[in-house]
Amino acid sequence: MTLREISDRLGLTVHSGCDRLDTEVTRGYMSDMLSDVMGNAPIGSLWITMQKHKNIVAVAVMKSLAGIVLVKGRAPDEDTVAAAEEEGVAILSSAQGAFATAARLHELGVAGD
Amino acid sequence: MHEQQAQHAKTQELLFELRVADVMRPQVICVRPDQTMTELRNLLREHRISGTPVLDGDEVVGMITIADLIAFLVSGESEARIADKMTRNPQMLFSDQLLVHVIRQFDETRFGRFPVIDPQTHKLVGILTKGLIIEGMLRAMERELKEEEIRQYRASHIFEDLVAEYKEIYLTYELIGRDFDRAGKASTQMKRNLKRLGIRPDIVHRLAVASYEAEMNAVIYADSGVMEFRIAPEEIFMRVRDRGPGIEDVARAMEPGYSSAPDWVREMGFGAGMGIPNIRKCADKMHIQSTPGIGTTVSVRIFTGREGEGA
Repeated sequence: MTLREISDRLGLTVHSGCDRLDTEVTRGYMSDMLSDVMGNAPIGSLWITMQKHKNIVAVAVMKSLAGIVLVKGRAPDEDTVAAAEEEGVAILSSAQGAFATAARLHELGVAGD
Repeated sequence: MHEQQAQHAKTQELLFELRVADVMRPQVICVRPDQTMTELRNLLREHRISGTPVLDGDEVVGMITIADLIAFLVSGESEARIADKMTRNPQMLFSDQLLVHVIRQFDETRFGRFPVIDPQTHKLVGILTKGLIIEGMLRAMERELKEEEIRQYRASHIFEDLVAEYKEIYLTYELIGRDFDRAGKASTQMKRNLKRLGIRPDIVHRLAVASYEAEMNAVIYADSGVMEFRIAPEEIFMRVRDRGPGIEDVARAMEPGYSSAPDWVREMGFGAGMGIPNIRKCADKMHIQSTPGIGTTVSVRIFTGREGEGA
């Protein structure tokens, strides 16, 4: 399933990386601890988090993540969007909380540990 | 995957870099207002074009297109002068305009082609169509792609191309403490460098994680630091030295979950006590040397081997 399909099905808002929406997503990872993501997120997975500051972009780049989904309707900081555009990282946001977002992704076939 | 992202950013940049003169067709064919529509028909057919500017001396006085010709043929008139069938006072583009501005003009008007004039002399220098913009963009993209290919090729062959008994590349980055704006930049650039050097993806990934964690530690805890990488054919060595508070108990810092991070750092999602364990997980060898009040040095060695290259 592509990021675009996920975005459509879950009614997500795209904040950056409009050109990255054709990325295939097969796995997800949920954490607000950046080191946890660095250490344990599968390469290419979709990352669900509350964190919206600029440093999430670097984590996504270093782990070659498919994208970032912010939850509870949180919008990324302005400089986060700028960095994401520069590095080609897709940031989307969900009005729902982390648990519901992850559950719906799981229904769509996105696997997690 | 990341090359594609970079490439896409490049194509967007192109619109802001290319000017009309870079993609226009330098004008060679034009007609005069006193020529006939029959002459126009022959000219369009001969040159396989669908429109051309009308010039009175040096001045562009109109545009005449295949649509005008068809309208004329349908009307059943036996002959007409171009002057009577052309679009007068056409909108014109300057040769030094950026493509990004010109594209809007194509969208806002129904015109498929614009005469291009020199911004100083106002003389006709070419013609621009949407097709020419696309062709020009494709040419420029191909150039960019080739350049990146050459960069990657050169980088990945650097060890073969240079002749010496010992070959190593040193790369150094300065780190600034508490600057979360720049935090991660050194590791991001380093990851790109390693890919260009043709290092195996799994090794690039391990080094990316280790360097990011080490960089963040220096940024979070220290006033400043230096990140050094030594890339040799068989191994990559990374050393991050910081001028910070140092670690009281290095053995404890290695335990997952141990952290001395202040609350504001934890709120950002750092300081979970996983940084050093993550580095250790990615390193073939890791060494931490720390003196309280002076600083910490983290050294990491990753063996790249020669087998399985290009995997």
